[in-house]
Amino acid sequence: MDAPLIEIKDISFDYEETKALDNISMKVEKGDFLAILGPNGSGKSTLLKIMLGLIKPTKGSIKLFGMDSKNFKNREWIGYVSQKSNSFNSGFPATVEEVVAGGLAKKAGLFHRLPKTVDEDVNEALTAVGMEKFLKRSISELSGGQQQRVFIARALVSKPKMLILDEPTVGIDHQNVQAFYDMLASLNREKDITLVMVTHDVDTVTDRISHVACLNQTIHFHGFKEQFQTLSDEERASWYGHSVRKIHHAGGGH
Amino acid sequence: MIDAILTYEFLQNAFGAGLIIGVIAPLLGVFIVVRRLSLIADALSHVTLAGIAGSLYLSQSVAAFATLNPLFLGIAASVGGSVLIERLRSLYKHYEELAIPIILSAGIGFGAIFISLAQGFSNDLFGYLFGSVSAVSREDLWIVVAIAIVVMAFIVLFFKELFVLSFDDEYARASGLPAKWVHFMFMIVTALVIAGSMRIVGILLVSSLMTIPVAAAMRVSKSFKQTILLSIVFGEASVIVGLIAAFHFNLAPGGTIVVTSILLLLLVLLYKKIAVSVKRGAIA
Repeated sequence: MDAPLIEIKDISFDYEETKALDNISMKVEKGDFLAILGPNGSGKSTLLKIMLGLIKPTKGSIKLFGMDSKNFKNREWIGYVSQKSNSFNSGFPATVEEVVAGGLAKKAGLFHRLPKTVDEDVNEALTAVGMEKFLKRSISELSGGQQQRVFIARALVSKPKMLILDEPTVGIDHQNVQAFYDMLASLNREKDITLVMVTHDVDTVTDRISHVACLNQTIHFHGFKEQFQTLSDEERASWYGHSVRKIHHAGGGH
Repeated sequence: MIDAILTYEFLQNAFGAGLIIGVIAPLLGVFIVVRRLSLIADALSHVTLAGIAGSLYLSQSVAAFATLNPLFLGIAASVGGSVLIERLRSLYKHYEELAIPIILSAGIGFGAIFISLAQGFSNDLFGYLFGSVSAVSREDLWIVVAIAIVVMAFIVLFFKELFVLSFDDEYARASGLPAKWVHFMFMIVTALVIAGSMRIVGILLVSSLMTIPVAAAMRVSKSFKQTILLSIVFGEASVIVGLIAAFHFNLAPGGTIVVTSILLLLLVLLYKKIAVSVKRGAIA
């Protein structure tokens, strides 16, 4: 049996005096589509940053693809899509092609040029997110949803085994959010890419995911989405911090 | 003009150094502008002033410094300033911009003290502040050549890392690129270019040669590589026209180069405005 792609054991993290994460343990297996849910300030983004090695936990250990994260060198196996508004330099003078090709920088290695197959790789990644027609367009001319698709293509271009996404639908209008999650679900199903995603869109995303983790400083629930859907409003409110109600849509989702 | 350049060594030095700086300053300037670090270039140029003034003062009072090219202490101060800026930026994580006024005012403060202590180099000082066609020595030219080699090697070797880091630094770190080291080296190289450009453009105007050609290029370019190419074209045009004007009218080249680059920027803005109007007219 394959090792879990992420294995977190007893992780805690303190921001100066404040405890952001408390004794977290969880595993992400190959093929999972995991949504991490939680209120603002619950430590979701901190947990993702620890998974990505951007910050070190105060306590605990993390394994990536069965290896201690400190010794894990194959970072190109993990694609990262951040909250667009947080890190993207919005007026940057670059084409979609240049941005996506940047996703190959780590795979190519220091002092090496991008591979000769860069054009095909970029085209393939853009096709996977339905953005192949925008190759030569300036990234700053695109809408929020289109930009976010380009950033997923940048994460996909190095052919990762897992994508980590931090609230990827921030800045995308509601109409396009459904289509965006459909695209993620097809990457999970058809390209066998494991997905770990922080989101607030509980209702919209539930149909597409396989697992849910509920976080508020500590893990309150981690399991199959079917188990999550059986939780009562009171159980959810107990960890969410305020009332959370299941909203029933005509399509049967929650 | 060509005859004069072939005849006089000082003109060969000035045009040689100017043409090199016309490439490396806007080349590095593209990364400085897109990373929103333009003010850091200003802070480093003022620290360079402290190094130059310190060297000029020491050359009067310490025999060992009498023959030392002031550019060396200028380079040392600039590189030291870049390291200090990084240190301060990590110390004040939530107020990173504080590093700029601290280092900038420290540079001016030390510069003013050394200038007061040393008497009688007002002509030299004017050249360092606003550039000079006649003051570029053959040694200065070779220093600029050496700096250009370092800059070109750095950009060629780390282009893709610099691009990713400039576009999205969190992504660069998350994807395992050595973002911290590339940034640190970038700051050192920036300090070198500022110190090297100072002889031609002058301390007070050096950052403008790194930013104004880029500002013009960004208005009309369609890609990152095109932005780099156009920035260098605008930078070179400004240096050539500015140096010729400075020589003919006996003006400080820093002023003529920067005014030329401003005129180019205005032309580009005008062209862009007309192009947009024509496009809108065609659509309507």
